[in-house]
Amino acid sequence: MNDFLTLMKQELMITFIIFLLLFIKIGKGMKNEGLLSLIQVLLLINFIAGFFLNKEGDLFGNMFHTNSLIAFQKNILNLGVYLISLLCADWLKKTPHLSEFFILMLSASLGMFFMISSGNLLIFYLSLELATIPLAAMANFDLDKKRSSEGAMKMILSSAFSSGILLFGISLIYGATGTISFAELPQQLDGSPLQILAFVFLVAAFAFKLSIVPFHLWTADVYEGSPIAATAFLSVISKGAIAFIFISALYNVFQPMYEVWYSMLVILAIATMVIGNLFALRQQNIKRFLAFSSIAQVGFILVGISNGDKAGITSVVYFILIYVFSNLAAFGVASVIAEKTGKENVDDYKGLYKTNPFISWILTLALFSLAGIPPTAGFFGKLFLLTAGASKGSYVFITIATLNMIISLYYYLRVVRAMFMDKNEQPIEKINTNRVTKFALILCAAGIVLVGLLSWIYEYIESLT
Amino acid sequence: MNLLLLILIPLLTAVAALLSRNKQQIRWISLAGSVIQLVAAFVLFVAYRNEIAAGNNSQMLFEQSYSLFPAWHINFHLGVDGISIAMILLTAFVVIAGVLVSWNIEKMTKEFYFLLILLSLGAYGFFISLDLFVLFFFLEIAVIPKYLLIGIWGSGKKEYSANKLALMLMGGSALVLVGILGLYFSSGHSFDLLSLSQLNIPIQTQRIIFPLLFVGFGVFTALFPFHTWVPDGHSSAPTAGSMFLAGISMKLGGYGCLRVATYILPEGAKEYSTIVIVLASIAILYGAFATMMQKDLKYINAYSSVSHCGFVLLGIGMLTKTAMTGAVMQMVSHGLMTALFFAVIGMIYDRTHTRQVNEMGGLMKVMPFITTSFFIVGLCSLGLPGLSGFVAEMTIFMGSWEHTDAFHRIATIAACMSIVVTAVYILRAIGNVAMGPIKENFLQLGDAKWNEKLAAVILIAGILAIGIAPSWLNDLIRPGAEIIMNKITGK
Repeated sequence: MNDFLTLMKQELMITFIIFLLLFIKIGKGMKNEGLLSLIQVLLLINFIAGFFLNKEGDLFGNMFHTNSLIAFQKNILNLGVYLISLLCADWLKKTPHLSEFFILMLSASLGMFFMISSGNLLIFYLSLELATIPLAAMANFDLDKKRSSEGAMKMILSSAFSSGILLFGISLIYGATGTISFAELPQQLDGSPLQILAFVFLVAAFAFKLSIVPFHLWTADVYEGSPIAATAFLSVISKGAIAFIFISALYNVFQPMYEVWYSMLVILAIATMVIGNLFALRQQNIKRFLAFSSIAQVGFILVGISNGDKAGITSVVYFILIYVFSNLAAFGVASVIAEKTGKENVDDYKGLYKTNPFISWILTLALFSLAGIPPTAGFFGKLFLLTAGASKGSYVFITIATLNMIISLYYYLRVVRAMFMDKNEQPIEKINTNRVTKFALILCAAGIVLVGLLSWIYEYIESLT
Repeated sequence: MNLLLLILIPLLTAVAALLSRNKQQIRWISLAGSVIQLVAAFVLFVAYRNEIAAGNNSQMLFEQSYSLFPAWHINFHLGVDGISIAMILLTAFVVIAGVLVSWNIEKMTKEFYFLLILLSLGAYGFFISLDLFVLFFFLEIAVIPKYLLIGIWGSGKKEYSANKLALMLMGGSALVLVGILGLYFSSGHSFDLLSLSQLNIPIQTQRIIFPLLFVGFGVFTALFPFHTWVPDGHSSAPTAGSMFLAGISMKLGGYGCLRVATYILPEGAKEYSTIVIVLASIAILYGAFATMMQKDLKYINAYSSVSHCGFVLLGIGMLTKTAMTGAVMQMVSHGLMTALFFAVIGMIYDRTHTRQVNEMGGLMKVMPFITTSFFIVGLCSLGLPGLSGFVAEMTIFMGSWEHTDAFHRIATIAACMSIVVTAVYILRAIGNVAMGPIKENFLQLGDAKWNEKLAAVILIAGILAIGIAPSWLNDLIRPGAEIIMNKITGK
């Protein structure tokens, strides 16, 4: 019983918050303002509590597994959820179904937590579904917008499709090896054609969720249609969680098939970076723009994963921590602007610096971090991913990856240029950001600068792996 | 002397500039910061000479090392030799002059000075770091301020130029990155410059990595055919931006070619020496002839920079001690000279509002100080004895002449001939700008103000100090060049 409480404390905390919100909703209800503040405080407590009493252990007959690295990964996700609750405060206050939104978001997080901790393919599949279905509902949260429902529909259909593929892969794996437990699988893997086929199906399912090319087609439409809070959750938290479980599945379970998945990852990474970047070049809508840029970022994560060793997992976790700060800062600024003016196009940002220097600097910092420009943390994150990926000595692969950094720089600079250099007759007028959002933006900016320069953070992550 | 100071002073200056309240404060803070930095550079120079005089013959002085990312064997390893000190002195001079000539910037003053100081921070860090990862970090820090400086405060087709510059320089640094990673994995996981230089890296690896590093750094220093960002970038940049770009940023490339590519990969340097010399000669001649066709003063200096930076690469490619010393001298000399040139162009443009040579004339009558500076820098550019340009180019030619075969002789002679071309365009530009009848609308124009005079005097002092008494610079650089050459000749 004691083990149950400590090992599952992060999941239990989230469940507790979900039920609390449910009771508030059923009972008298609260005004949005007060409810949001309450949620923010609860999420902060949840985030801080995640750092204490982390132990390693298994539950439910190895179905659930946790250790300090997994706890840290969950903390990163908790941090992301907390930041979203602050950054999108303006939109959240206005939405008529605030508590439902957070119930859905936290259920999805709960699913992701179980997914990261899963100890066999069955619980993995169940938690993946728990993480996906609330996401579709969140994508549909702009109830009066047609695009929002369209995005949700696309999301649910493509998720169902990928779940089908995943289940097929799982059943093939079971057929080929006779087990679905992560602990027992490695001994049964011998690289037979059937196992490789099953593995390909599994990777395809992951690729759907991570929007790896060629399974990325749903991403841009869903991102564009969803409210920004949901988009931010989709692109940061959900991507991060899937990347965590993907890497631990590859490293811990499918390690015997390293040769197979190394070459797969190289091809997928190159395709993802190139296609993501090329499509991002021409996007006008900031959400679509960030969608394609996040596809390209996933390509870089794959470069790091291809390392296959401790350096790979450390640099990926480190990069995702940075990615949470940078991408959420970008979404935060987009959300502030969209909420106040309804404008979501890059061209609308022209001349933004004249009227809103603060948010322009934050967005610039975030984009530089995404592009990997020093002194932002993104530089270190990307460089370590590349170094990890280069350890197999494939110059061509790394050259393509670095060239992609140049392409991505071009479109990130396009937004910077719009804000700082382009002239505009009617720039977006001065926006009064509320204190909570401002605080969150400063927090993100501090994260973007400090996570890179304080090198002990990397060491800390390394000590966990 | 603690080398961390060289990074901390600009950092604190930048922060102070951000926190300051009004424009006047920002200007004085930036000026104070850059003066303190110059003093620090001088203290370093004196301390270095004292150490050498005391018989300290270690390769790098004032070394410090802090563990940064132990997992990747990255150390914050700092240290200087004579070559780095020469570059640091150059940077300090150019920064002060740049801050002074930008005194009248009214548009977004705070951001302007912040970016200038940030750029100089990148340069200082680059010149003192002995760890390739840290070096790369500082190299990239120096790129993005340039993009913003040109894009926001520039003129003409500034967005195009800023984009071109940022993407080409980032492309260059991407090649550098691949090269550095290649070194890291072929050397058994080390980013440390000194320990990498002790290794005998197999020739096959050197063949792959040397071109990556050399071309990557070469983009920064206008290696033909990757020089195309230079004319656009310089002509669109604000005055101080051009000064920093030509005076500091292009030197990052030359220093990298020498310190990283040539020093760590001597076999590669030998194998590719012919190609480097050919490309450098093309840049020298092409730059010179292209300058002849230009009418815009900034384009004139931009193309002549391509030509002059060609000398740097020629000196490195020749692989003799004298030529290498000359290459570093040329970097310092060209840095000072071209910064002054751009400063003068900026002063003239502020008054006449044109940069077209044929629209000017007789400016000697109304702005004697500016045109005199223009004379001095022009004469320095065409290599008049007594000024820095002569010393540097002469050293390179002497070093090149040590090779007795026909190829090196031809390359040297071709490079020498560019001086004639330089004389043609410089004298023609001076004649058109300063001499002849003055236009009526120019009659009311005034001469340089205190800040502009001070900037010009500081840079001219540097040019004269090298031109009249070159031995101190030579003594400073030669030991460093000797170590690199010893590595190449295998002693």
